[in-house]
Amino acid sequence: MGFWKSSRKPIWLLGLFAGILFVCLGAAEDQFAVIWQKAVMICMECIGIG
Amino acid sequence: MKRVRLAVQLLFTIATNGYLYGFLHGKIYQGNLKYVCVPGLNCYSCPGAFGSCPMGALQALLNQRGFHVPFGILGFFFVVGSLLGRFVCGWLCPFGLVQDLLHKIPIFHKKKQLPFHHILKYGKYAILVIFVILGSSLLLGGFAKVPAFCKYICPSGTLFGALPLLTANKMLRSQAGGLFFWKVGLLLFLLALSVKVYRPFCQYLCPLGAIYGWFNRFSLVQIHWEQETCISCGACEKACPVALSLHEISCSAECIRCGKCVEACPTRCLHLGVRPEDKRQRQSRQRSG
Repeated sequence: MGFWKSSRKPIWLLGLFAGILFVCLGAAEDQFAVIWQKAVMICMECIGIG
Repeated sequence: MKRVRLAVQLLFTIATNGYLYGFLHGKIYQGNLKYVCVPGLNCYSCPGAFGSCPMGALQALLNQRGFHVPFGILGFFFVVGSLLGRFVCGWLCPFGLVQDLLHKIPIFHKKKQLPFHHILKYGKYAILVIFVILGSSLLLGGFAKVPAFCKYICPSGTLFGALPLLTANKMLRSQAGGLFFWKVGLLLFLLALSVKVYRPFCQYLCPLGAIYGWFNRFSLVQIHWEQETCISCGACEKACPVALSLHEISCSAECIRCGKCVEACPTRCLHLGVRPEDKRQRQSRQRSG
């Protein structure tokens, strides 16, 4: 079966490496600070007020 | 497997939402753990949340001035998706847990899917594109960019963020208006529907499920099928809560790796694991089983 064969290929490993690369790029652009700034204040939109 | 999954869901939800001070005082956690996202749909405005919500984080990055590729959160999706796929939905999402618990209530004739499922299942992709990506990137009305999915739809934010915060915080309560009541109405509708239909939000609306579903075909965690021992009895298809066929189990973007098919299989030809077993491992498992 197609999925049985495809699951044997380590494509997930490529995805994992791509993910780590993207996380590093994001960290270099200080994107996690943007996320943190949003996450430590009550998000008015999320709670239906903003 | 059923009890293990429920225990994992409960423990993970409690561990990632254990900031009791927030619940008591109507405030949210503001420490450094919020640099990290949790894998499931878990509002960062939940008073107990220690981590950030990946959907909120994606929209926060898209809401910035100008256009920036949100590499940080894309990387997070690639890492979690490549390892787990929609295992996150089945085992680690707090809103999935709430829907699972509601579906156990023994009233109504239970249904796996809504009518027009084959069309409605694409709703989550539409929400991902329209509300999460376009809605958060465009300057709607010429004002500031808004996290459109969080603002108009996210029932997790209403349940885990709005309700506990507004219960404990009088000042916030006084500001609740039409938008809040729209979100509460949507939440109540989805919760009521969850009693009859299995995980309607996950199947039809969740943009996070749409993203993780893309990784299902090749993620490390899979449901493996041993064709040689399968007797095609159909027990797995009958047990699947999202009505997948044997050939769709695991590779389909709808499979949440709940393991009900594994449990139902009389010949144990399905198993939830991190990689296909080789012949020797399989023989030793069959000898011991």
